[in-house]
Amino acid sequence: MSSLDDLYKEIILDHYRSPRNQGELPPPAHRCEGFNALCGDEIIVYVSLIDEKIEDIKIGGQGCSISQASASMMTEIIKGKSVTEAAEIIHAFKEMMDIYESELSGKEAESSASGIDLGDLEALQGVVKYPVRIKCATLAWNTLTQSIDEIQG
Amino acid sequence: MSIDVGKIKKDFPVLQRSINGKPLIYLDSANTSQKPASVMDAMEDYYRKFNANVHRGSYQLANEATAILEGARDKVRSFINANSRKEVVFTKNATEAMNLISNTWGRENLSSGDAIVLTELEHHANIVPWQMLAAEKGFEIRWIKIDDNGHLDLSDFDQLIDGAKLLSFAAMSNVLGTFTPVQDLTERAHELGMVVHADASQYTPHSYTDVQALGIDFLTFTGHKLLGPMGIGVLWGKESLLDSMPPFLGGGEMILNVTKEGFSTNELPWKFEAGTPMVAEAAGLDAAIDYLSNIGMNEIRNHEIELTDYALEKLASEFGETISIFGPKAANERGGVISFTFDGAHPHDISQVLDEENICIRAGHHCAKPLMQVLNVGATSRVSMYLYNDQADIDALVEGLHKVRNLFTL
Repeated sequence: MSSLDDLYKEIILDHYRSPRNQGELPPPAHRCEGFNALCGDEIIVYVSLIDEKIEDIKIGGQGCSISQASASMMTEIIKGKSVTEAAEIIHAFKEMMDIYESELSGKEAESSASGIDLGDLEALQGVVKYPVRIKCATLAWNTLTQSIDEIQG
Repeated sequence: MSIDVGKIKKDFPVLQRSINGKPLIYLDSANTSQKPASVMDAMEDYYRKFNANVHRGSYQLANEATAILEGARDKVRSFINANSRKEVVFTKNATEAMNLISNTWGRENLSSGDAIVLTELEHHANIVPWQMLAAEKGFEIRWIKIDDNGHLDLSDFDQLIDGAKLLSFAAMSNVLGTFTPVQDLTERAHELGMVVHADASQYTPHSYTDVQALGIDFLTFTGHKLLGPMGIGVLWGKESLLDSMPPFLGGGEMILNVTKEGFSTNELPWKFEAGTPMVAEAAGLDAAIDYLSNIGMNEIRNHEIELTDYALEKLASEFGETISIFGPKAANERGGVISFTFDGAHPHDISQVLDEENICIRAGHHCAKPLMQVLNVGATSRVSMYLYNDQADIDALVEGLHKVRNLFTL
C-alpha cells in the first residue's frame, strides 16, 4: 500500500465526492466561519442547538478532500448528540490528530485513549503522517468548537 | 541562441537530489528559486576568508568584507541599470523594501483625503503595508481591475489615478504571470505628478530590468527568487526621492552623528540600512547576478516563453475542459507561471499527489487573496518555471496530473 493510499482511503474519497449534510441552516441556527490561512480554505458550520442538543448541523464553504471529508464525517457523528457528548467526540478526534501524542504512544487507530469509537473518522489517522494536512482535517472541528463556544456565550 | 538546460541543471546541487529513487522536479521557482553552486561557494567563501563587520574596521579583513558588500551593490546597480549606487538599498526581502516605502515616503506624503492606486494582481506585500498605513492616515486605496484574461483593465485608468499620489503595482503577477505595461502606466501616472512603484519580485528574475527605461520611481525585488540566497532584497529608488525621505529603521550605520539631543542621518544608501547588514547574502546575490548575466536575461526570457508555450499547449490538449488555466492566453504575454484548477481535485490534493512523484508545485492563495476573490476560487495550483526547467519536467507534471485525475475522478 503506497502512502498515498494511506492518506486517501476510499471512505475519505467517498465523503469528498458525496459530502453529507452540505448546505445552510437558516437563522436562528448559529453560523460560524473557519479559515485555513495556509491554503485559503474556508468552512462554514451551521449549528442548530436546542436544549443542549445538536439538532442539526450543516457545512458550507470549500476545501480539499481532507477538510471536506473530515467535515462531512463530523456532521454524521455529531448530529443528534448532546453538547457534552459532542465535546467528548471533539476531544477524541483532536487527540487522534495530535501528531506528538500518536508518535509517543504509537497507539493503533482503532483505540482512542478516551474509549470513544470514532467510526469512519479513524480513516483520517493517515493524515497525521502529513503534518501540513492536519490543519485541513481539524478545520471543521475547530470551527465547530468555536461555534458551540459562541452559542453558549 | 537557446540555453543549454542540461548543462544548467548540473550547476544546481539540489536538482541532483532524488527522493525515494525519483528525481526532483522543481516547478515552484516563483516561490523561491534554487541556487547554483557558485552562489553557495561565494557565501561560504565570505565566512571562511573575509568575515568581519563592514564599514567599521580599520584592518584589511574588514576592508575586504566592506568591498564584498559594496561590490554587490555595484553589481545590482549595473544589473538594473540604475544611475547611481546610492539608489540601491539592501533590505531583508522585497516585503521589507515595500514596508520601507510605505513607512517613509508613504508616511511623509499620504494623509486623509489622499488616494493611492493598486491593482487586483498584487501580492499581499504590496497590499498590507498600504492598508496598515491607510488605517492610520485615512487615505483611500483604489484598485485597477483585471479582465477575463488576467490583464489590467485600463478602461477607467485615468479616472482611477485622478487625484491619486501613488501608483504601486506588480510588474509581473506571481499568480497569473501577467506582464503589466510598466512604461505606459508610468508615463500616464507621471503626467499627473504621481509617484510610481513597481514590485519586480517576479519580473527582475525573469526579464531584463532597466529602471531608467521603465521610468518608475521605485523598484523592489528579492534575491532568493533570482538564484540568490534568502535574506536579501533590494529597494531601488530615484536618488532625489530617497534623499527627500525620512529614515526607516534607526540604529548603527544609518547615522552620521548621534548626540544626547538627536541624530543626523548618513548619506545614501546607508541612511536606509540600519544595523549590521547581510554581507554573505550580498556575496551570494552578487554571484547569482553573475550566473544570470553569463547566460543572459533575454535568453532566459526566451527559454521561458518557449517552455510556457509548451506547457500551456500540453495542459490544454491533455486535460481539455477539465482544466481551467488562468491568465493571459499567449506565452509571450506572461512569465513562466501557470495557475490552474482541475475539476474534481482541490489544489492541495493535487500538490499532495504530485509530491508522491517528487514534483514540487505550489497550492493555495499565493499570498494574493484579493486576486483569488476576483477569480472566484479559494485556491489554485501553480506551476512556475525557470532557466533550469525543460520539457521533460512538464511531461513529468502532465503524467503526475493524470495520476491525480485517476485518483479523484469517480
